[in-house]
Order: sequence, then C-alpha cells, then structure tokens
Amino acid sequence: MAKYLLLKHYRGAPAPVDGTPMDQWTQEEISAHLRYMNDFAARLEKSGEFVDSQALAPEGTWVQYGGEGRPPVTDGPFAETKDLIAGWMVIDVDSYERAVELAGELSAAPGAGGKPIHEWLELRPFYGVQPTVTE
Amino acid sequence: MDEALLRSLTPGVLGILVRRGADFAAAEDAVQDALVEAVRVWPADPPRDPKGWLVTVAWRRFLDATRADASRRRREDLVDEEPPPGPAPSADDTLQLYFLCAHPSLTPSSAVALTLRAVGGLTTRQIAEAYLVPEATMAQRISRAKRTVSGVRFDRPGDVATVLRVLYLVFNEGYSGDVDLAAEAVRLTRQLAAAIDHPEVSGLLALILLHHARRAGRTAPDGSLVPLAEQDRGLWDMRAIAEGVVILQSALARDRLGAFQVQAAIAALHADALTAEETDWVQIVEWYDELVRIADSPVVRLNRAVAVGEADGPRAGLAALASLDPALPRHAAVAAHLHERDGDPRTAARLYAEAARTASNLAERDHLTRQAARLNALLRG
Repeated sequence: MAKYLLLKHYRGAPAPVDGTPMDQWTQEEISAHLRYMNDFAARLEKSGEFVDSQALAPEGTWVQYGGEGRPPVTDGPFAETKDLIAGWMVIDVDSYERAVELAGELSAAPGAGGKPIHEWLELRPFYGVQPTVTE
Repeated sequence: MDEALLRSLTPGVLGILVRRGADFAAAEDAVQDALVEAVRVWPADPPRDPKGWLVTVAWRRFLDATRADASRRRREDLVDEEPPPGPAPSADDTLQLYFLCAHPSLTPSSAVALTLRAVGGLTTRQIAEAYLVPEATMAQRISRAKRTVSGVRFDRPGDVATVLRVLYLVFNEGYSGDVDLAAEAVRLTRQLAAAIDHPEVSGLLALILLHHARRAGRTAPDGSLVPLAEQDRGLWDMRAIAEGVVILQSALARDRLGAFQVQAAIAALHADALTAEETDWVQIVEWYDELVRIADSPVVRLNRAVAVGEADGPRAGLAALASLDPALPRHAAVAAHLHERDGDPRTAARLYAEAARTASNLAERDHLTRQAARLNALLRG
C-alpha cells in the first residue's frame, strides 16, 4: 500500500557485475533479458502489485523558458550527462522490505552469457497523501 | 435502480451463500451475476423483498455453476441443505464476511481490497481508482485474496482486532477516486458496530468519527496543511463530534479499555476545546500514559512527548523526546517545534528542514519547508 519507483539508469549508477553493454549481447541474450522483464511485470500484475512501467529513450532535450515573447531555449542532448534514466517500474506493495525484495529480483535479469547482470536499481518511495493526523 | 440499496444488500447476500457452504470465490461470482440480473429486471418488475430475491437468484446461479463442474452428489447435498425461503437474519452473515475479509492469511492491501469489495460492495474499478492502480492489478489482487480465503471455513469467530485494523487502514487511505474511502470506512465501521457488541469497535467508530469531523479544517483551499492549533474550528462537523463523544462515553463506561478507545478519548479532548488554548493537555498526557501501558510503541511515545511539551513546557517535551530514536518518522518535526517554543529558532529551522527532507507526504513536506523558511527569514532579520 505504498508505491515505489524502481528506476533504471543508463549511466550514473555503480557498475554492475557484468557491464557488457547491451549492444554487444547476442540476440538470444537480449530476448531473454526482455522476456525476464515482461514476465516480472506480468507476475506483479497477477499479485496485485503492478502500477506502471515504461522505458525511456537515452537522449533527451533540456528546455528552458526563453523570456517574454521568445521561443523556449533548447540545448543538448547533453552527451556527458552522467545520469540518464533508462526506464522505470512503479509498484504498489505492503512494505519497504517487499519493495527491496522485488527490486533485487528485477536486478537479476539475465544479461550476456545468460547470467544475472546484477544491475543497480534505484528504489524511491512515492510521496503519499496526508494520512490521519495523530495529535 | 437504487445503487446504494444494492450495495447495502450485497454483503448480506454473499454472507448467506458462504454460510450455506458455497466457496467464497464462487459465491462472489454468483452474487455479481444476481446484481447484474437485478439491474436488468427490477426497473420493470421491482421485487417485494429485494434481499430475498437476490439470495434466490444468486443461489440458483451458484448451483448452476456448481452443477457444471462438481459432482452430482455434492449438488444434491447442497440442495438438501437449502433452508426454506423466508426472511434471513443478516447481521451474523455480514459479520462473518468482515472476519473472512480481514483474515490474517491476507496481506494488509489484499484484506483492504477484499473488504471494500465483499463487505462494501464497491466495484473493482472504484477500488482501483481509489488506490491509483490499474483496474487489472486490482482485479488480480482481489482474486488472489479470494483464492487465499477460499479454503477458510466459517466455524471460528475471527479476531476482532484484525478486522478493526483493516477498517482503520481503509480510513487512513487519503486517495479518492469515485469513492471517499474515509466515509466508506465510517459506513462499514457503523455497520460492524451495529452487528457486534464490542467496546473497541465503538472505540474505533468514535475515533474515526472524531477525526473525520475535523477533516474540513485540516487543509487550506490550496491543499496545504493547517496545523491543529491554527484550524478554523467553525469548519468542524459538530454533529459528528457529538456523536463520536456519545459513542466513546458508552464504550468507556463498560470498563474494557483498548487502544482505539484511548485514541478516541484523546481525539475527543482536542475536539472538545473551543480554542486551541483551551485544550486540556494535562488530561491528554494522562491518556497517552494509558496508551503507553496498553499499546506501547515509539510513535505513541513521540506523540506523548508532544503532549508533554504542551502540558509542562518545551523543556519537559524535549526531555521526553530525548530517549527516543531520532530516526523515527516526525521526530525531527516534533523536536523543531519544541526548540522553537524554547526560544531557539536556529536549531528549530535546521530541524524543520531536516524533517521536510524525510516527510512521507507532500502536504507535510511543504508545511515543514514553510516552517523552516519562516524561521530562516526571521533569523536574517
């Protein structure tokens, strides 16, 4: 009953055990990896813990208000940005412990050689709304 | 079609089917079928006894379904067991549903979802909207819960404390889609209180009535949090407060004290005061001492420290706080408040900012950030 964001990073996270970039995996390894993620999401939907999941393109654009009567300023993509978000999954679980357990499972998705990649995932709780005030 | 009537009849009908021996999941399906049939038939041909009509149709649906996949012998047994038609007592069956839906084998979120569905009669979509999850997710959560309790028989009275915890969870969910969950919790707890004679049920009902009564004063029109001391007490629902106090008094008179009654007593003392200054903090501290005796927890002790700070001054509050783990939720916020009252705005500002970083919800975070900003502006002169 608390929502958590499982955040996947392109860069910026601590190095995983096997850091072979995905573009150097075999077709089968990529398929196995994606299947693992999809099965994981499907299982969470069945257990009533799934909320949302999306993947994001690596390249983004910074946008800023350009001033009165002027178009927005854009710049980038910033190739050196150290922390690009690859995608996310939102779960709704009973406890922080359960969220950690699931993040651990997701981190075990198979990579090159079919072995778990031990990917680092960032786990962040959502802000809830105001519960009953205890005075 | 009177949707409220259908919703109020649903748990009783479901309870009767389950008591007659229907498997919970199958009974639920049959009741849903009967409701669909009612929506179709009633406008043109309203029944004299809506509940009896629903029981009859649902039971037939259940038998049809059973016939399809169960042995003939089982079916004949069930038909033999069918009691003669006539008015059925509803309270006991609904009560059993409360216990089944709050069964300890369910996770809290499953118990809450099942209770809203089976006892509250809400649709899966309504529950999913209230909890901001996809409907498919909520449907699976509910069907898993149904499977979990399917083997559970109705031969033991359940644990009242578990039912009350689930109802309190429903009340504390602030989300609202189509359904106001706090109001739903009040309705369900009222129903439970009417069916069962138990001082803690009255305690919970009093507590949530008293909290609910003050809801309008708790947030400003822009959604920001208004602390208790600054709330416009004219916005409080005085009728609900009066009702909560009467329910609490009759529960306390039975001399079987429990944690919900004590919390309700504290809430009543807040609600009773015409202004924040008139709050009887000394008596509130006494109730917190009682709560520490019967349901000790770090959170209770933290709240007690707040009350001590009001009753005996900020130094006494800080002393009460000293023995508690600083990592406790709201610990920094309480410490900030006490330091400010003790005339140390610098420490208070730092603690408010720290509390804002660890707040668990937006309204609280924003409120604490404003407190820190207010003191920082003061310090800058």
